[in-house]
Formats: sequence, structure tokens, C-alpha cells
Amino acid sequence: MPKRDDISHVLVIGSGPIVIGQACEFDYSGTQACRVLREEGLRVSLVNSNPATIMTDPEFADATYVEPITPEFVEKVIAAERPDAILATLGGQTALNTAVALAERGVLERYGVELIGADIEAIQRGEDRQRFKDIVRDVGGEVPGSRVCRSMDEVRECVAELGLPVVIRPSFTMGGLGSGMAHTEEELERLATIGLTESPVHEVLIEESVLGWKEYELELMRDRADNVVVVCSIENVDPMGVHTGDSVTVAPAMTLTDREYQRMRDVGIAVLREVGVDTGGCNIQFAVNPANGRLVVIEMNPRVSRSSALASKATGFPIAKIAAKLAIGYTLDEIQNDITGETPASFEPTLDYVVVKIPRFAFEKFPGADPTLTTTMKSVGEAMSLGRSFVEALGKALRSMETKAVGFWTRQDPAGTSLEDTLAALATGHDGRLYTVERALRLGATVDQVAEASGIDPWFVDQIASLVELRATVIGAPVVDEALLRRAKRCGFSDRQIAALRPELAGEDGVRALRHRLGVRPVYKTVDTCAAEFAARTPYHYSAYEADPAAESEVTEQRERPKVIILGSGPNRIGQGIEFDYSCVHAAMALREAGFETVMVNCNPETVSTDYDTSDRLYFEPLTLEDVLEVVHSEQRSGTVAGVVVQLGGQTPLGLARRLAEAGVPVVGTPPEAIHLAEDRGAFGEVLREAGLTAPRYGTATSFEGARRIADEIGYPVLVRPSYVLGGRGMEIVYGEESLASYIERATEVTPEHPVLVDRFLDDAVEIDVDALCDGDDVFLGGVMEHIEEAGVHSGDSSCALPPITLGQTDLEEVRRCTERLARGLGVRGLLNVQFALKEDVLYVLEANPRASRTVPFVSKATSVPLAKAAARIMLGATIAELRGEGLLPATGDGLDLPADSPVAVKEAVLPFHRFRTPEGHGVDSLLGPEMKSTGEVMGIDVAFGPAFAKSQAASYGSLPTSGRVFVSVANRDKRSLVFPVKRLVDLGFEILATSGTAEVLRRNGIASTVVRKHYEGSGNIVDQIRAGEVQMVINTPYGNHGPRVDGYEIRTAAVARDIPCITTVQGAAAAVQGIEAAIRDDIGVRSLQDLQAALRKGRA
Amino acid sequence: MIDRSAAALVLEDGRVFRGEAYGAVGQSLGEVVFSTGMTGYQETLTDPSYHRQIVVQTAPQIGNTGWNDEDDESHRIWVSGYVVRDPARVPSNWRSTRSLEDALREQGVVGIAGVDTRTLTRHLRERGAMRAGVFSGDAVAGDEELLTRVLGSEGMVGADLAGDVTTSEPYVVPAVGERRYTVAALDLGIKSNTPRMMAARGMEVHVLPLGTSAEELLAAAPDGVFLSNGPGDPATADTAVALARAVLAARVPLFGICFGNQILGRALGRGTYKMRYGHRGINIPVIDVETGQVAITAQNHGFAVEGEPGEVFDTDFGPAKVSHYCPNDGTVEGLRCLEAPAFSVQYHPEAAAGPHDAAPLFDRFAGLMDRSGR
Repeated sequence: MPKRDDISHVLVIGSGPIVIGQACEFDYSGTQACRVLREEGLRVSLVNSNPATIMTDPEFADATYVEPITPEFVEKVIAAERPDAILATLGGQTALNTAVALAERGVLERYGVELIGADIEAIQRGEDRQRFKDIVRDVGGEVPGSRVCRSMDEVRECVAELGLPVVIRPSFTMGGLGSGMAHTEEELERLATIGLTESPVHEVLIEESVLGWKEYELELMRDRADNVVVVCSIENVDPMGVHTGDSVTVAPAMTLTDREYQRMRDVGIAVLREVGVDTGGCNIQFAVNPANGRLVVIEMNPRVSRSSALASKATGFPIAKIAAKLAIGYTLDEIQNDITGETPASFEPTLDYVVVKIPRFAFEKFPGADPTLTTTMKSVGEAMSLGRSFVEALGKALRSMETKAVGFWTRQDPAGTSLEDTLAALATGHDGRLYTVERALRLGATVDQVAEASGIDPWFVDQIASLVELRATVIGAPVVDEALLRRAKRCGFSDRQIAALRPELAGEDGVRALRHRLGVRPVYKTVDTCAAEFAARTPYHYSAYEADPAAESEVTEQRERPKVIILGSGPNRIGQGIEFDYSCVHAAMALREAGFETVMVNCNPETVSTDYDTSDRLYFEPLTLEDVLEVVHSEQRSGTVAGVVVQLGGQTPLGLARRLAEAGVPVVGTPPEAIHLAEDRGAFGEVLREAGLTAPRYGTATSFEGARRIADEIGYPVLVRPSYVLGGRGMEIVYGEESLASYIERATEVTPEHPVLVDRFLDDAVEIDVDALCDGDDVFLGGVMEHIEEAGVHSGDSSCALPPITLGQTDLEEVRRCTERLARGLGVRGLLNVQFALKEDVLYVLEANPRASRTVPFVSKATSVPLAKAAARIMLGATIAELRGEGLLPATGDGLDLPADSPVAVKEAVLPFHRFRTPEGHGVDSLLGPEMKSTGEVMGIDVAFGPAFAKSQAASYGSLPTSGRVFVSVANRDKRSLVFPVKRLVDLGFEILATSGTAEVLRRNGIASTVVRKHYEGSGNIVDQIRAGEVQMVINTPYGNHGPRVDGYEIRTAAVARDIPCITTVQGAAAAVQGIEAAIRDDIGVRSLQDLQAALRKGRA
Repeated sequence: MIDRSAAALVLEDGRVFRGEAYGAVGQSLGEVVFSTGMTGYQETLTDPSYHRQIVVQTAPQIGNTGWNDEDDESHRIWVSGYVVRDPARVPSNWRSTRSLEDALREQGVVGIAGVDTRTLTRHLRERGAMRAGVFSGDAVAGDEELLTRVLGSEGMVGADLAGDVTTSEPYVVPAVGERRYTVAALDLGIKSNTPRMMAARGMEVHVLPLGTSAEELLAAAPDGVFLSNGPGDPATADTAVALARAVLAARVPLFGICFGNQILGRALGRGTYKMRYGHRGINIPVIDVETGQVAITAQNHGFAVEGEPGEVFDTDFGPAKVSHYCPNDGTVEGLRCLEAPAFSVQYHPEAAAGPHDAAPLFDRFAGLMDRSGR
């Protein structure tokens, strides 16, 4: 069936900001979709509020709307663009929910837009749990016993029948939000109450527990001729009870016979047909009782999901790309398998390797949050690896995680853990459970004991037991000879692990030297969808060690074009996310265009960088020194490596720069010594002094005594932090000696190698972020961002505006002068990010990072200048003048002298607080500080600050209120500055609620407010009112570290739970008022980036 | 961990892959072929079509689910040699009664583990399936000597093997529920699941040895005749071809799979040829020319019938058509007589191992018998 000819314009809905449960996998899928649809000659419009996505690059769509993904804004886009069809199955739950809302509001009908991929009926059949269960039963499948409940009474009644434990799953939430397992009456009450609240339709499913059963997923695709293929089977190592996003998973399924697998396939296909997903991908989860093989269907996602991205990378079968083609009418047999180039997509990939995915958590960022893994997803990222066996892939995945432990035996066991404790710990899912499995086995537990305690299939446990045995062999061998080394490498041991077992080998470097001397090196295999049955055209490689001397590497020679190896950013985590992947992808695009062969190395399956279409070659490998050196070796053998790019992927590759250079690898761009200059406090101070720049006073301490002396000298408050961090890890503002002592005790192991930095903290300063390019001489200021929150909130968490809204011309000129001096002083060749604080007309340099920053994509989109592309070119030798000549950079001017009528872009951070609970079930504090906590960001862009800010809020938290009640409670120092914004809110018709102190100040300024009780003052207090939905916005600035802080905590967590705006800074309040004004005027329109950028270029010309 | 002695896989083109002994120790010669299924090794090993073949599993970890008492496709393991990368140390499955290696040892199947099966597969893909030998224990000798032994073995072209695997005595698989049809199934290497699937559709299946004559077969007046899968070169299967022609002439509904498809093809006057490396896997797409529908199928064949997708050709029994083809390479995957009640497919609707997409073909066979009204 050929392409439909009645569709010529498709609106693609993206997934918005990165949040837990919905990460950059939807950028990967959306980017593929846009690319495919345009190749097919369709006009593509796109809505996505996330500026850090590749899909929102203007060249990927005809009209790109960086606008909130809410029904209101998407309707405006539909009205402006009048598409024939909407594709919402590639933008996660956000896109799907928005499409459902548009249909329910009659918008689709009104504008005559067809929903392609899955229709509303199919979406509801797939997502409505009760209907879905009926469907499974109708096709002869089984489901766990269950009932949908709409009240606590119904919940209690249902549990009386099913018995505890039960699983609670709210309807229509993503990433299992609000779901959990109740073992006791108390847990039931708590979780079901939360679940009813979290569900947009106030509905939960109470389900028979299949806790401890084996868990599987199938990724399926269907076309409109009703052809169905299973792309991939995935087996969860963690049994049922842990969300699949938080589980260690393996592809293909390892412990199913063909009969069981085919039964699963049959049921999956029957369910898919019955639900009626017309075209595209879907994901179905199954549980299997390990005792008797009983198979039950758990749930289905009638859309492309996180698992689809994983399955695409695991198999080489690009689900999203094919889903987009199917949506416009093609059938599977009409679509070519890119990898073989000759066979069709109507087949089922077969693997001759094993894929392991491990989730990455960030519990250290949320003190108090319960780290137990449940059916609510909590991980912030993941890494995937491929190996020729489970153990090889497992070893590679463990060392890809960017955690302190980089594989078994690389970290001390926790002191004093007995076998009993270890076995007991296995009962619940936790971060690093496989480490616990290994420890239990090493302490003498049998495979059966561990399998029993953890519910993990004995086959997997035995695989880890084989590693424990091999560990003993390595330790006990008289010498580490070639055979033993090869055996260890074949089982996934890293050089570092071997070094830990054999101290006499002189560390990782010693092991590597020995290994090279003995000729033990990996071969590179290809992901080809077909287990080598057909030749692969796509160079998508992974490393493996083989014992067979006949083993071959499959990397083809290429000696015509010089190669550039780009190191990616590894698993997403807070502080290092999609923004860095964006820069890496841009480098690949720019360098390919400039005639280089581009080689990507990364281990994050969610990303665009690990799409085999992005670079000329892809190595899906861990980003450790060992693995990167082997890739470099492989590429040097097959051609000429012009350079390795380390500055675009964030801290992960940057951390390798020095050792790579020492190993003789040509690291291009800013030299590693310059990176060190910027990161070493002493050296950086010298650079500042030479350049005549000011920094807040600071000192470096290696003990509490030292830190106290410094703090006394420079005065409190001080900012304390460990050296060498990204995302402000371990950073805190300290107001007095007592809290300084407590910080040193809690947060850091202070040693001469790990000093603590103590900086003067600039209260009330305006923070400014700058991204600039430097070619060693010439400097190009990409953009200057003014933070809306004052200094002290991590730049990744604070909202900012570009161009800066309150800075004067002299301030800006000072920013330019300082940035230029710093860039030259450091010797930057590529990107530089500088953070300044402006206080009382003095511009202080807070820090400088000679690498791509988190804000590069935002700046690039706001100013229409591809900074990362330019940076990549500069690293490989181009000058800014040349790039201006080429048109990659504007012929004249830069990001500091934007035309007067430039649009204003506001970046807002998105925070994951509502996903975390303390073990007692309370929310975690949502207070912002110097440690970064956000998972993602959105951009609002419009002609003025007010509407841009309103959009940024709508995109991140839901819309600002236009009427209702605002609760105001602020610190004394903020009371004066809040009078004006609050007055304005009253004028706009809001009712003001305030605590007594704040109310008194307001009254004296002629503003009437209603006094409400503080949280500790008993019932009917403000927290109760927020929880009851009687308050529409909260303005609550923190009082510092002592006293009524607890009250603020309760207020903020209640606001977060109700999803109402909770503003914690004076500046934020002023911005919100401007946004509310714009929203009330209701004249906020939508405009495509292409349109805005054309205007910008015209203004510049 | 089992201490394994050295083993070698020697190909007739002189290439040697080294690994460790797996399963029985000794020597085995045969045609080396690769199979890409990720599940179903037990079914593969017991499939008579693999007689005298050394099977390479492209899936790297084999034996994870052990060996059970239900999934055998015949009474024994037929492969002559077995090549894997990583055998499981312990099996894990609620139906498993012993390990795969135990089953291999019990039945004397010589295997080799630790081979880079991907490099081997790529080699076979480029050079084609070829003669080979697996050697371990006392059978190991110098490479020259091993190669001589391989070159002394017989190849697959011209091999008449159905006689080795066919049942010695006829037997009956009763219909499940009411008997609606009687089917005479010629056993050229039939798998257990085939009569089972027919029985489930009300067919009483009389499985007959290869030596059965057309007269004997037709004398029993079956409602339909079935030609099974099986090993060897179809060009040698003259007896079966003669029988098929007799059935066609008698207008008795006829259904053939795999080897049976090649027999029907020859009976209709088409030639067969040896493919470079064949189709062995459970993920192979087949397109029905009539409907355009794709089925994902299980396959296991090294020979194919000549023809073009959709081609209609004249035969002694009226016109026939190439009804199915594989979009990977355009090979013939099914034949259908347009007047005579006969059809066949090159793939395995009984699956085991493999997807069940093609199972409705057994219903089609039933439909053919209904219409012929015998």
C-alpha cells in the first residue's frame, strides 16, 4: 500500500521538558519522525517546549513552535498552521494526553484534523485499564485479578476480595507516577489516596500482586495492512515490583523457551490488533510465574515509548522512523531496512549479542527521598551496553553508569555487612542491587539462596556467580597470562577491575600495558538486525573480546577523509542531560558537512547521538578511558584520526581529557591544561588576576579549621563545595559556623587531594550566564542570560531571560570585556561558559567552564546561531572570521548586540520533586539552592518578557492563574520588594492570603489580605487550604536555614503536590506578575522559530 | 565449571575455528549451516531436516532453558554437530529436566563452544554452506589431517537423506475431537508438531514411510495427502516426486511444506537449486502474492524451487503459480496449482520453533479437502 495522498501536512507533538519517566528518547523518536516525514515531501509542523531537543532545530521542521504543549497552545498552533493530521504517538504520554484533550474539546473536529498512528478510541482502549483487561481476556489472554476504584471506599472493598499485597496504579499517568505496592493497611490508605490525586481522572486500579514474577516486554509494530512484527523482546532482571524503567533489563529475553516466547508473541499480537493501534509501535508488558509459566498481560503503551528507544538501539530497527512511515500509509514490506539496505522492514530482528540496560538514579540529590524501587519510576537516566554475552554486556553497562563504583570490586564493600544482612537487602529493589547479588555470592550464599531472596532468575544469578568464581581465579593465578586475561576480558572485566584484583599489576595503566603486550584487544562487531545473515551497510559497532583466534573486527577502512571522534555524555543524570547530547549531535552534523568522517562514542540509548543516522560511525561503548582508547586505536587502524572532541559532552568526556592527551590521543579544542586552569581554584585565581578581573573572595581548605578561618576572614554567608563538580554537587550556602561544621561533616571527605572551596556568597546579586566562542584570539559572545532568581540558586535550576531584561549598556559592555579577557587568558578554542554575579555595579566572575554548557541549545535557539556547530569547527581549526564568512556565524555582530526588536526567550527549569517521597510518604522539599535538582527545561519565547515568562510557566508547571487566591509569605528582607507585585495582583483581581507578619506589612502599604494560619497553628491552616485546592499560586521565599523553614517546606511540598505555581524568589514573583498580566490580556500568540529567526536575521542585516 | 578440552571446527575451504569441546567428545562431519533463531534450540536439534548438518547458533548464549520432555520435534537429535559461543552453566526453566549438554552427551552429539560464531556466520554467508568437521578429544589431529577428513566426507548436493529419517512403520495420530478428515502424510523427516496441528483441526493423520507406493497410499482413499519437510537434495527425491505426480493426477488434495514444497515443485516440472547459505531462522518474512500480507515464518532449507514471485506456469496438471516469495531475496516460498487441489510452502506453518503466523495454512488445507468433497 503506497503512501496516503490525502495528507500533505502533519503536526508532530513532542514531549516537552525532560522529566523522570519521559526523557530524551522522545527527542530521538520525534527527530526521526520529522526527518522521515520531510523526506516524504510532507510539510511538517512541530510543537515542543524543550529547546534542548534536536527536533526543535529549525531545519528539522517547516514550522517549529517552541510553545507549551497544552491543549490551549496546541490549538493556537493548529489554527495558525491548519495541518491535515496530527502525529502524537511519538511524543510520549504528554503528546498523547494533549491529543486526547484536543479531541475531547472538539478541536480536531473543528479544524478537520485527523489523528494518525492511533485514534482516540485505540488510545483509550490501551490506556483505560479496565477496558484493556477486558480486551486481553477477550483474545484469550490472562490478566492479574483487579478492579478500577474511584474512591477509598471502593479501594477497601476491592482489597477485601483480593487480599494484600496489591498494586495501586493510577490511570493516565506516565512513568508509573503515583503507583506503588501496598503490603499493609496503612500503605494501602496512603498510596491509594496519592494515586487518586495523581490520576487526572481520579481513578486507580487495584490489582492482584504479581510481585516477584518474571517480567518481560515486547515491542511490536503494526501497519495498516495488518502486518505485525515483534521488534524486540526485553527481559527484566529485576522481577515484577520494580518499574521497568528502574529495572536492569536485558534483550533479547534470555530465559524463555520458544513455546513460552511464541505464546507471548501470539497474545501480544492479538492484543495489539484488538486494541486497534492502526499503525506504528506499541509496547506490551507481561509477567510470568516462574513456578508454572502462567503468563499474564500487565499493560500496554499504544505509542512509541522509552522501551521502544531502547529496542531500536538494541536491535538496529528504528521503530520511530518506521512508525512515522507507517502513519502516512506505507506498509512494513514497502520500507527498506536501512542497515542491510536490501531487505524489507517486515521481519523480526535477531540478535547475536546481548544487551543490558541499567538505570541511573539521583537519590543523592534528594535527601530524605525513599530510595526503595517500586512501581513508580525514579531513575533519571540509563546506560546501555552490548556484548557477546550477558556478563560482558553487564560489565560494560556497570562501568558506563558514571557512579562511584565502576563495576564489581572497584569500591570497598560497606563495612560490617554480614551475609544475612546482604540477603535481607536483596528482598527489595534498590539502586545497585546487582552489586548486592555479587556481594552475597562472594560472602558464600548459593545461587538458589540469592535467587530466592531477590526473585531474580537463577540463570542471571548464576552468571554473576561465574564472575565471582573467575574473580577468585584471577586473584589466585600465579601469573596473569594471555589465556586468563582473555577469559577475564571476555567476561566483561575492565582493566580497572583486574587492577583491583591484582595490585601488583600497577593499576589500570599497568593492566592495559600488559594486555597490549599480550595482544589482548577487543574486536568490533556490528549491530545489523540479522545476526550477520546479510551484509550491514551501517557502521554501528560495539566491542567484544573473543577467545577464538579467528575472530574478526568489522570496522571498515576509510582513508580518504580525516576522522573526528566525538565523545558523548553517557547516561543522563541531573546536571548532565540532553543539552550535552545536543551539542555532540551538532558537532557531528557540522563536521560531517565540513568534510570530516564523524565517529560518535556514547552509551546512552535515549539519545539522538546514538542514532546510527547521526554520525558516519557509531560506537556504542562505555565512556571510560579504557574503552575510549580502544575505540581510538580501532579508528587509527582504519584511517587517520584528526582529533577527539571532549568539550561537548559535559563532565564525562571532559574528565578523560588529560589522560587521553597523556596517552598520545589528539584532543582538539581547548587544551586539557586550559581545562585544568579553569577548574583548579588556585590556577584560575591567577588567570583572573592577570586579566584584572574580580572574583568573590575565596579560599581552599583541607580541614574544618581551615574552612572556618577562611569563612571568618571573608564573612558569612559563604558558599562551600568540593572542587571539580558539575551540577553543583555537594554545594551549599552556609550562614554560620555551626552549619559550616555540619556541612564539612556531612558532605565531604576533606583531604589535601579533595579540598573544599569556600567562596564569599553574594547575597542579592544578579546572576549572569554567558556562552561564548573563542578561536584563540577572536571572541564571539553567543548570548547573555540574566537569571530571574538571584545568585545562590544553581544556574541549571533558575529561570533566565535572553536578552537580559534589566542590565544596562555599561553592564553589558563590562560582560563583554570580562568574557573576552577570560577566553584569551584561558586559551579557549571552542566554547566557554562564564557565570557572573553583578552586585552594586561590580561584576564578579563566579566561574568559567571552557566547554559546552547546558545553555548552549537555549542560546542557539533564542539567537538563531548554531553555537555548538561553530565550536566544533573552531576546535578543528576554523576561525571565527572564516565561520562568519561561511555564514555559520552572522557576518557582523554577536549575541550581545541583538537587534532592538529581538524576541525575548525565557528558560525555566523543571523539577522532579513530586516523584519523590520520604519513606513515611511525605513529599520532599522543593526548595532551590546551589545544588542542581532539575531534570529538564523549557523555553518560552515571545515579543516581550511577560508573555515569554507566562509561556515558560505554562510549559513547565501548567498555566499561571488568571484569577483566584494567592498565598504570600516572605522573609523579612523580601517584604519591601514584594509590596509592588502583590499590589498589582490585587489590582488584577486576586485575593491575597498571607501569614500575619506579611499581612501586617501589606496592610501598612494599603493592601488588604486575609490572614491564614501557619502550618503549626492547627487545622484549616494554609497547608490544608493548598491541599484542598483553594489556593491558585504560592509566593513563599525561604527564611534561611533556621526557624520557620519547616513551615515553608510543608507549604512548598503541598504546592508541588497540587501542581500550582510555587514561587520562591522575589524576582520570580515580579516575573510571574508580568506573565499573569499577559495571560489575562489573553493576547499570547504563537509564532514559529523560523518566523522569529527570519525577523532576527532581518533586524541584523 | 566444566574443564573443557580443546576442539576445532574445520571447514572444507581450510578455515579453522578453535574452541572447547561441548557435548559429546569425538568427531562429526556434515554440512555446516547457521541458524539465526534466538529461541528453540531443542526443536532445532530434534528437527530431522538438520540430519547430517553441523548447526551454528548465531544466538550467543545457548542452553539457558535446559532440556524438557515436551519440546522434541522427533525421537532424537538429528544434527551431526553443534557450534555455539557460550553454553549455559545451569539451566533455568520450570519445565527443564536436564541440561542441554547432558542431552547432547547422551545422544552422542559432538559440539564445540567458544567459537566466534559471528565471524563464522559471516564467512558462511560469503562462501556458502560447506562441508565441515567438529573434532575434540582423541579425534583432534593436525589441521591438514582434519581437513583431509572433511574433504573425504560427502556433500549435501546429491544427498538422498529422507530414507535415513523416515519412520520405519506407519503410525496414526488421531484427530482431536471429531474426526473430519483422513490425511496421508508422507514422512520425509516430519516434525512432531505437524501431525499435532493437523490433528487439532480434526484430521486423522496416517504418517507413512518414504517407501509407500502411490497405489498403497491412494488405495486408502485419504481426504488429503501431505508431504513433509526433510533433509537432503530434492533433486534426488524421485520416489517422492513420482508419488506426488500420482496424487496430483488423482486430484486428491495435496499440501506440502519445505522439502514437500520442493517435491511438488519438481512434480510440476520445476527445477530446484542449492542456495548459497539457505534460510534458517524464525524471523523470515514471506509475502502472499494474492493478498500482499506478510507472515513472519520459521524456515530451514538449503535448496529452493526455481521461479519468480507471482509467476504463472503451465504444468502437466494445469496452470500453477508461485504464490509466495521471500522479500529478502525473492526466492520461491510457495506454489499453488490453479486447477488441481494442491499447494505447498517452503516455510514451516507448524513452526516449533518459530512464530505461528502461518498456522492458518492448515485451515486452508482443511478447506481444500472440504471443497474437494471426498
